[in-house]
Amino acid sequence: MQPHFVDYAIIAIYFVFVLGIGFALRGRMKTSEDFFLSGRSIPGWITGLAFMSANLGALEVMGHAANAAKYGMYVNHFYWLAAMPAMCFVGVFMMPFYYGSKVRSVPEFLRKRYDEKTRTLNALCFAFMALLVSGVDLYAMAILFQRLLNWPFWASVVASAVVVAIYIYLGGLTSSIYNEVLQFFLIVFGFLPLAILGLKAVGGFAGLKASLPNPGYAHTWANIWHAADNPMGVNWVATIFGLGFVLSFGYWCTDFLVVQRGLAAKDMASAQRTPLIAAVPKMFFPLLVVLPGLVAIAYAPVRQLLWDPARGVYNYNQTLPIMLSSLYPSGLLGLGLTALLASFMSGMAGNVTAFNTVWTFDIYQTHINPGKEDKHYLAMGRVATVFAVVVGIGTAFIVLQFNNLMDYLQLLFAFFNAPLFGTFLLGMFWKRTSAHSGFWGLLCGILAAATHYILYHFHYIHYPSDMAANFYQAIWAFAVCFSVTVVVTLFTEPRKEEELVGLVYSLTPKPKTSELPWYERPSIWAIGILALCAVLNIIFW
Amino acid sequence: MGLDIRLPIGIIFSIYGVILMIYGMIADPSLFQEKSLGVNIDLWWGLAMLIFGIFMGTLAFRASRRSES
Repeated sequence: MQPHFVDYAIIAIYFVFVLGIGFALRGRMKTSEDFFLSGRSIPGWITGLAFMSANLGALEVMGHAANAAKYGMYVNHFYWLAAMPAMCFVGVFMMPFYYGSKVRSVPEFLRKRYDEKTRTLNALCFAFMALLVSGVDLYAMAILFQRLLNWPFWASVVASAVVVAIYIYLGGLTSSIYNEVLQFFLIVFGFLPLAILGLKAVGGFAGLKASLPNPGYAHTWANIWHAADNPMGVNWVATIFGLGFVLSFGYWCTDFLVVQRGLAAKDMASAQRTPLIAAVPKMFFPLLVVLPGLVAIAYAPVRQLLWDPARGVYNYNQTLPIMLSSLYPSGLLGLGLTALLASFMSGMAGNVTAFNTVWTFDIYQTHINPGKEDKHYLAMGRVATVFAVVVGIGTAFIVLQFNNLMDYLQLLFAFFNAPLFGTFLLGMFWKRTSAHSGFWGLLCGILAAATHYILYHFHYIHYPSDMAANFYQAIWAFAVCFSVTVVVTLFTEPRKEEELVGLVYSLTPKPKTSELPWYERPSIWAIGILALCAVLNIIFW
Repeated sequence: MGLDIRLPIGIIFSIYGVILMIYGMIADPSLFQEKSLGVNIDLWWGLAMLIFGIFMGTLAFRASRRSES
């Protein structure tokens, strides 16, 4: 790839704007609430786009393009089956508890609903993972730019980490959210021409279908029934329960990285609409991600570049970079690279802001140094930001030494979310759930996931593919957490009902939506989104 | 929140749009034959980005006028 002066100019302008946004917000960070929760003052459309972008790390964009080239349209399930129902659920049913109870983080909700030890367990797991994942983002970006542009590894790691550190230090969560909104539009404008040019190259959708190596690639649902029929090697149980229920609900409903965006909204209605607004563009993202992946495998000039003759396999991970370098002329290439850079940087920034909040409120203020004035915790948030970025740089270099560490990290991440959804589901919808049960359920769920992983890794149990193993691991972790929580509850004292108002569905007054015009009601939005999503599923059956 | 995010988005997209359009006009046309299937995508996509940038900028400008009055 030969980038031109114009491409570098486009990348440089992006850096100037990102830092400019941080400096413009500097004077507004007066309290810890401003820094960690944007003073709960952001309009719904901004938190909505940020909610969706926080999830849209470059690893996800590049990974799903690669999966589409490898597995075909089956990848649509990650969007239409996994994301849509979970995003509607968190908006309609869970946001009222998160926002209404005035908690500042997901672990803090666990303290209110369960007890201190449940919160601390979750806070430690989350803080640990957020640090590691931010390093992985840095690593992946530096490797990509090393391959594409011959930038030295350390230079891109240090440069982007310093920029991220500066803008969060200055503007806190608001900086992070604003940059996510900018990133959202950059991704749309940076990748949409890839879909347009790609479709033109293969002769429209009909031409794409005709030139796919396997007709099954053009279907989302048709091959779901047996693991042997579909290229991903997962059957309908694993897809629907593992991916569609446990993994997706676990991620969208309990991961503080995304939930934090809803907490920053200016009122309850905006908080509820945050995931619903996010769901609308998310529904159409297969156009930007899955379609270029399909084109890559259908269009002969690109397919040849993907083929690795030395190893005799396709280099699927290179799908998106190769599409960019074969179809984008200079100018547009700079824009495409900026979109990738933006999504790596905001992926890292999202993890850093989530980490500094959980660290400051749930670990530092709770266990290390309680009772200080607000200014102290604001300063601690800034220190934690710098700390997180430095650890991120360190992690990037560690991952560089052990290439496959990255897969393990992604996997570890899946350990914590899947059981946590069981804890939340019971805590929010069953008032009998006792204070002790949360901790033991969560701990046993994590241990179950770890045990399952060890058994699979050392070949005591077998699955058709790694993906299937992941899905079943999530099902086991959730089931163990759920059952242990129920059993412990039956042997322990329930909490007093008056303590649970605002935390449990049956004891909480419903947010009044009857005053809102119908087009602003969360439930109407959710029904509309699910209906539209069903139509897409039928079209691309 | 003071800073209206639509303003920086409007400005950066307008700048990108202008850069892409100028580059599309001065670049050697063989570049587009070789890469983007003969379409001068820089010119057209630059125009699309410029329109979007002006649209976002206008929204921000109108909102700031409304809050002043």
